[in-house]
Amino acid sequence: MLQFRLNGEIVEIAEVAPHESALVLLRETLKRCGTKEGCASGDCGACTVALRDPGRGPDARFESVNACILPAWQLEGLDVVTVEGLAKGEALHPVQRAMVDHHGSQCGFCTPGFIMSLFTLYHDPEPLDDHRLAVALGGNLCRCTGYRPIRAAALAMRETAGVVPDWIDQVQPFTSDASNDARAFHRPATLAELDALLKRHPDARLVAGGTDLMLESTIRLADFPQVIDLTRIDALQTIEQHDDGWWVGAGVTYTRLAPLLERHYPAFARLLDRLGSQQVRNRGTLAGNVANASPIGDTPPVLLALDARLRISGDNGVREMALSDFFLDYRRTALAPGEYIQAIWLPRLSDGEQLKVWKLSKRRDDDISAVLMAIRLRLDDGHLRGVRVAFGGMAATPKRALETEAELEDHPLDEAAVAAARAAIAREFTPLSDARASSDYRLTAAGNLLERLRLQLAEPHVATEIH
Amino acid sequence: MRSLIGLPARRAGSDNASPAHDSAVGHVTGRASYIDDLTEPSGLLHLAIGLSSRASAGLGRLALDAVRRAPGVVEVLTAADIPGHNEVGAVYPGDPLLAEGEVRYAGQALFAVVATSLRAARQAVALASVEYVDRIPSLDPVEAVRQGLTVLPEHVQCRATPAPLDRTGVLADDNGTSEQRHAGPEGDWRQALEAAPHHVEGEQFIGGQEHFYLEGQIALAEPWDDDGLRILTSSQHPSEVQKLVAEVLGLPLHRIVAEVRRMGGGFGGKESQAAALGALAALAAWRTGRAVKFRMPRETDMRFTGKRHPFHNRYRIGFDDDGLIHGAEIELIGDCGHSPDLSEGVVDRAMFHADNAYYLGSARVTGHRAMTHTASNTAFRGFGGPQGMMPIENALDDIARRLGLDPLDVRKRNLYAPGRDETHYGQRIEQHLIQSLVEQLERDSDYRTRRQQIRQYNAASPVVKRGLALTPVKFGISFTAAHLNQAGALVRIYTDGSVLANHGGTEMGQGLHTKVCQVVARELGLPLELVRISATRTDKVPNTSPTAASSGADLNAMAAREAALTLRSRLYAFAAERHALAPDSLALADGELRATTLEGESFRLDWAALVQQAYMARVALFAEGHYSTPKIGYDKRAARGRPFYYFAYGAAVSEVEIDSLSGEYRVVRADILHDVGESLNPAIDLGQVEGGYIQGLGWLTSEELKWNAEGQLTTVNPSTYKIPAFDDAPIDFRVALLEGHPNSEVTIYRSKAVGEPPFMLAISAWAALRDAISSIGDYRLNPRLDTPATPERVLFACQAMREIDMAKTPRVAAQVQT
Repeated sequence: MLQFRLNGEIVEIAEVAPHESALVLLRETLKRCGTKEGCASGDCGACTVALRDPGRGPDARFESVNACILPAWQLEGLDVVTVEGLAKGEALHPVQRAMVDHHGSQCGFCTPGFIMSLFTLYHDPEPLDDHRLAVALGGNLCRCTGYRPIRAAALAMRETAGVVPDWIDQVQPFTSDASNDARAFHRPATLAELDALLKRHPDARLVAGGTDLMLESTIRLADFPQVIDLTRIDALQTIEQHDDGWWVGAGVTYTRLAPLLERHYPAFARLLDRLGSQQVRNRGTLAGNVANASPIGDTPPVLLALDARLRISGDNGVREMALSDFFLDYRRTALAPGEYIQAIWLPRLSDGEQLKVWKLSKRRDDDISAVLMAIRLRLDDGHLRGVRVAFGGMAATPKRALETEAELEDHPLDEAAVAAARAAIAREFTPLSDARASSDYRLTAAGNLLERLRLQLAEPHVATEIH
Repeated sequence: MRSLIGLPARRAGSDNASPAHDSAVGHVTGRASYIDDLTEPSGLLHLAIGLSSRASAGLGRLALDAVRRAPGVVEVLTAADIPGHNEVGAVYPGDPLLAEGEVRYAGQALFAVVATSLRAARQAVALASVEYVDRIPSLDPVEAVRQGLTVLPEHVQCRATPAPLDRTGVLADDNGTSEQRHAGPEGDWRQALEAAPHHVEGEQFIGGQEHFYLEGQIALAEPWDDDGLRILTSSQHPSEVQKLVAEVLGLPLHRIVAEVRRMGGGFGGKESQAAALGALAALAAWRTGRAVKFRMPRETDMRFTGKRHPFHNRYRIGFDDDGLIHGAEIELIGDCGHSPDLSEGVVDRAMFHADNAYYLGSARVTGHRAMTHTASNTAFRGFGGPQGMMPIENALDDIARRLGLDPLDVRKRNLYAPGRDETHYGQRIEQHLIQSLVEQLERDSDYRTRRQQIRQYNAASPVVKRGLALTPVKFGISFTAAHLNQAGALVRIYTDGSVLANHGGTEMGQGLHTKVCQVVARELGLPLELVRISATRTDKVPNTSPTAASSGADLNAMAAREAALTLRSRLYAFAAERHALAPDSLALADGELRATTLEGESFRLDWAALVQQAYMARVALFAEGHYSTPKIGYDKRAARGRPFYYFAYGAAVSEVEIDSLSGEYRVVRADILHDVGESLNPAIDLGQVEGGYIQGLGWLTSEELKWNAEGQLTTVNPSTYKIPAFDDAPIDFRVALLEGHPNSEVTIYRSKAVGEPPFMLAISAWAALRDAISSIGDYRLNPRLDTPATPERVLFACQAMREIDMAKTPRVAAQVQT
């Protein structure tokens, strides 16, 4: 039995397949067809709904998610708000009123998704500005309006009259029975339960945010016999702080990680604004990005540059390894069957150390890198020290650029060093040409990012970035 | 008899000049239903199609047994199951519904699976095995034209000017007669072109564009009225869906009804391309006797349906020291895909817009329709016009940089003006708006000051460069297929006074229904709430034209107005007689009839009461209207005529910033001034202008279609195909409608069409990117910048600028190849 609270009322569904998405559940089983399918791949935002975990108490906030790639079972125990839940009869929610007043809809198909993204912003106490709007709405595509009227509606919504449903302020946890052994979507609450499940179902798929795994179901139409969900395990939800760094639990979403990054790795935090969309960041995790081992994952190059470590759990207990030993080949990792990533170690930057992260893509928001460069370095009397460079999009795996590092280490970052590093990049990388960029672009741009670095360090008055 | 019910209460604010979209509240509450949202008929089946993986091959054995045995599968259909014609080509044949004997593009439909759920149907499709006998596909349109591989013959428009131009740009013989203008043999235009003091020439590739309507293609067919079928379709052209379904099934048209309530976006992609879905769903419903829904997953949609035509363009322009054009030779190659579809009109429209807003003098424009083994390219907002304008806009920047002039000055000098007012296909420009519109925008956008600031900025900034450009748009309004310039409407008044209208146009988000309701309400003097438009249905208004060519309101609002005027006359005649009113005094306004009696007394009668009296007196309270556009006609053999009733104008100034090390860029500001005549609804029109500009920006920048060497599309989802997102729209976005210039032709309240023209305003952003890149060569060199101008193309264009040894480069307009 799957239970959650939909627009203020508890719903119960007897049977839900483990591969089923929340969108299919809403539209086909519950006949709530206000939420639309635009792509079924988490790229357009038409299916955006808002979730809140009442278990988090009065501070619980609504978060936008793409229902199309959210496993339906992950709705369990949550407050779920869809576009149908906002208006009270003819009385519109201020977000809806503002969108009507500002002519924010044309064909209307993306509109429910925008309404829900705006809804989460409306009920979030943070002030609104253009940057925040861009971050929150980058994952909602509109093909008609050109966004100007939507921006106007967003900026006006908090001053717009309207009716807010009374249940919105009631954060009431409720218990749902998650202990049904017969079902195929398992939601362990402890690591011990997880280990037991893994023994029983060695072929089960592990899911946290689901932002990648679910594509196998929605696009490639795979049925998952067994799924084990990591999101209910408290031990995976923690960020442990140590003097020299942090262990970030495998279940920590990008959104929850963001404040830490902003304080300690501002360049990484800026990258996060461009990683997927708000809907994806609200579900996705660092560990998922690493375990997925995509050559174009955004965070692995950064983690490689930081010299991140992994805590891996499996049959033989827990082991640790450097991330640089983790990626073996295209989509192949050092994870043995039955193993999973428990946590990722982020080393604290020491005084004088800098981290730069640059992502190049066709579109600024909600796009996948053509090239991503992360570099960690220290300047010692004008000389580069402790250089670690890693690239995404340049090889079959996210990859450290060891020869490039060697060309830079202990040198002043002058034009000669950039030229030598450029040559090293060309030696150690043979990138592909694909839909996102050509091999030529990737090589040239990667070298140019080192020139950007040189300019930023040597000639800081020169503008080198447009965003 | 019991009394009839009264009028609904009036809502406040109904007299607003810009009422919201009639579905706005439905959109924001999720109550506005699209086909996939409707309550499903019992026993509904779902359809999925198997696609060809080959671009060109003989089709061998289709092994479908495993598909038939898959769980949930009810029926598997191939070409052999089609009772009527296996053909859904819009104008010319060439588009089989299901492949027969051969495949002509990767993504072509081979067979259809009908199953109890969509997932079951899609999963079963994967179980098919297909034998192909591979052929070598045609994938290069330029090579295709060289080899004579075209879907339709080439077309040439040619015009020779009678006399050289003097320095002021006015014809020396100001009264050149039409004989003189037409008399020139083929050679004359070239003589004039070659006699010009200077020339620029170049080539460009202009990429295609995926429509990416947020609602994918969908149709639902169900048995209807004993022996017919009803097709719910997300189509801009329900009459064509009706016709093609009838032909595929071998049935008369009156047994098929096609219905469109609304689309989640169309943009041209649902003009001809929606028909195949309707026909397949109908075929399946006919075979099974059950309702069948066919919703295409995004990837299937992107592989199966045609796109905006990519173009390969060449130009050679002759001009004088002032940058004034004397002659032009422009060659346009449209990549049509495997079949004609709408490519006749698309390439023609590209040719009609090769001049954009400029007088070309002696000009020859050639249009080729290349056949390639890709999805058949189709209508897309602008319909070839945008691609056709690109060469001349490219050339004007080339000319300016060659002469060291500001591109705006060169553009202004060449704009159509009195005396320089005949296009290369012989239509005269009659409403001269573009000069003053450009000047107003130049002032309002502070163009000259910003030009100076940008030059200063660039001189001091080695990496980040800024660019600025103003480009105009002149866009011809009317279908170039003359017979399509007609529309019908049906208006009914019910006995409570509420009004229901239907017309041949479809609602895809552009606010057409809202505008037509406004027109009917205005003619009947009613608050807008009393007028409603329900779904477009072929059994209400027959033989409709597609909602396309920006003509939706021009045609359908005129037809609806005709119907409303008929009803108004009937009501006036009835009331005059019944109440002894002075015939000239009657007026419907604010929901009542106002008049003066024959005795000279003032008379008022509530609308609902009037309607009820008329009904009791057996007055017909429904009427049809029909409209056809006057004055138009184009003689294709002579390549001359007046294809367009009028032109819509606009201009935009875009300012961009590029990072010359990465190729990344953004539009930092856009100023637009656009001509919609007397706007029917300024808010809706602004929405079209803004949305068109951003969609055009996507076409020219981030939206890149790629095919692999086998001719398979590799950008098949929004993960790899990037339409503009929220942050791609400039935050500083200043958009205004030109005021005080009603349409000089008689259109609906002197308004102008607005759907397509603003799309081409985005050319200013592309020109601004080139401007920024050319700053690297001190504005002396012309970068080649094919489109979409992705960061990759921008970076390589910047690099090409840098690689030229500036010291050795004289002031040439060399086009730098990348």
